[in-house]
Amino acid sequence: MSAPPSGPAPAASSSGLDPGRAARLAGEVARRDIRTRWMLSLPAIAIVTAAAAGPLLIVLVYSFLTPGPYGNVEWRFSPDAWINVVLQKDIFDDTWQWADAHLRIFWRSLELSFLTTALTLVLGVPTAWFIATRNERTRVVWLFLITIPFWTNLLIRTIAVMELIRNEGVINSALIGLGLIEQPIQMMFTDFAIALGMTYVYLPLMVLPVYASIEKLDFRLVEAGYDLYASRRKMFLRIILPLVKPGIIAGSILVFIPSLGAYVTPRVLGGGKNLMLGNLIELQFGQGRNWPLGAALAITLMAMVMVALLYYVHVTGRGRRWHG
Amino acid sequence: MSGWRNRGQPFSSRRIPGFAGIALATFALLYAPIAILVIYSFNAGLSIAIWEGFSLKWYVQAWNNEAVQEATLRSLGVASVAATVATLAATMAALATTRTRPFRGMTAIYTLINQPLMVPEIVTAVALLIFFAIIKVATGYTGIVYLVAAHTAFCIPFAYLPIRARLESMDLSLERAAADLYATPWMTFRRVTLPLLWPGIMAGFMLAFVISLDDVVITEFVKSAGQETLPTYMLGQIRRVMTPEVNAISTALLLAGVVFVTLFFALSRKR
Repeated sequence: MSAPPSGPAPAASSSGLDPGRAARLAGEVARRDIRTRWMLSLPAIAIVTAAAAGPLLIVLVYSFLTPGPYGNVEWRFSPDAWINVVLQKDIFDDTWQWADAHLRIFWRSLELSFLTTALTLVLGVPTAWFIATRNERTRVVWLFLITIPFWTNLLIRTIAVMELIRNEGVINSALIGLGLIEQPIQMMFTDFAIALGMTYVYLPLMVLPVYASIEKLDFRLVEAGYDLYASRRKMFLRIILPLVKPGIIAGSILVFIPSLGAYVTPRVLGGGKNLMLGNLIELQFGQGRNWPLGAALAITLMAMVMVALLYYVHVTGRGRRWHG
Repeated sequence: MSGWRNRGQPFSSRRIPGFAGIALATFALLYAPIAILVIYSFNAGLSIAIWEGFSLKWYVQAWNNEAVQEATLRSLGVASVAATVATLAATMAALATTRTRPFRGMTAIYTLINQPLMVPEIVTAVALLIFFAIIKVATGYTGIVYLVAAHTAFCIPFAYLPIRARLESMDLSLERAAADLYATPWMTFRRVTLPLLWPGIMAGFMLAFVISLDDVVITEFVKSAGQETLPTYMLGQIRRVMTPEVNAISTALLLAGVVFVTLFFALSRKR
């Protein structure tokens, strides 16, 4: 704390420069430093803008154009894509009606994302608690065991689930082999399969942030509760849960967001009938040949994710202030 | 109610009944499907569910499959180039956005660099499909560069974050000492900053490489005809009859992933 970065004045007076000139020089140095920093950031900025962020604007433009007959678009303005997100024109009497097929998919996406979040909570919170209460050396090992699946290929993990639950898969073969069932139980291509698969692939996203907040938990507070004759249930609900809440919220959002935008897991496990939003979007660029509608749906999905993300920032920002 | 008081063991604030059981079951559930996938890759029979003896034949078959060879080489090629370029750009950006008082635009740079993490992959994929379709029509070029560019962009935040973390935990006094001893800024960077930062750079590279190697969604939308990577090849295959060949490829890819992630952890923990 000996030299607070408040200004160049002390240094200037000791080297005998007049303060005004010193300030100008310091300003020039700072400006150059900032210019260098911008130059250094430029390649990253350029690549991300060109091949990730920038094209999003084109999606917005495309959502207001007319679909071309063989895919792509014609450069004519049309609001139809946005209307078609939720409404459709009756073929016979030209009246507008709810686009039931789309609404069903929106609903399924939300429902399955909430279900996945709930399931990962049920499994993830105890797991995080378990890891956080190990001694330091074994804790690293358990953490590593959670992290490894997180960084292994999502497609492969989905295939692993598929091989368990398909009709010729491990579970059905075992049950038939044991004589418990005669016909395989149809688990693939159901909403259950999608929820199971997403729970499986996104579970680490719940465990890691919850673990981080349990690790910071001051267990003396829990012991104080014990000393004051709180019941175990009360201790959990009144002391532990409020303190771990930021981690639980973070984990829930981190699971909810990729679930909502999931594409691979519902494609592999849900098949052609049980679409989620990601698959509906893809459909418009493939067989659907309605790029503007696909673009409008993509922006809708992005907006839904942004809402969840802003809530996350809001909550974690507040959490940080609480803990100083 | 407060039944634990009467039990023989002393009270522990760290024990919640049932949690350890759920946790161990969760770990078992997490690893069982992967274990089964790996085990059946060594199955002598055709089935992915009935064990018929140990054999490496599916590995041999995958190894000799020309489509697999081609996809593997393409995956490795794209990942190498994308991870290298991304790491280079991310290192420069990390140096620019750390260890300074916040300057105007710094938050904007940070947000932009991390943007690929915040948008659902399917949305980015669709955006790139549209954007590259325009360029393809305008230029007539349909080569591999699109795929490499897309991979580089989404690899940048993954390379950036560990490098940035490393920079922020680095000791500034060594660089100041170098400057006091009349080292030029370049010498200081070359001889002091870079060696200290190196584990972070390597960790960023490893992470970017794995992320590129594993990508399905963006690759599926951006690739032109005949540009399958290993994951998109597998996605196409599982629609048909499943044979343990898919398990064999998965196992190989899993192994590669685990090796890289282990290296990543080793590097990012290094002091």
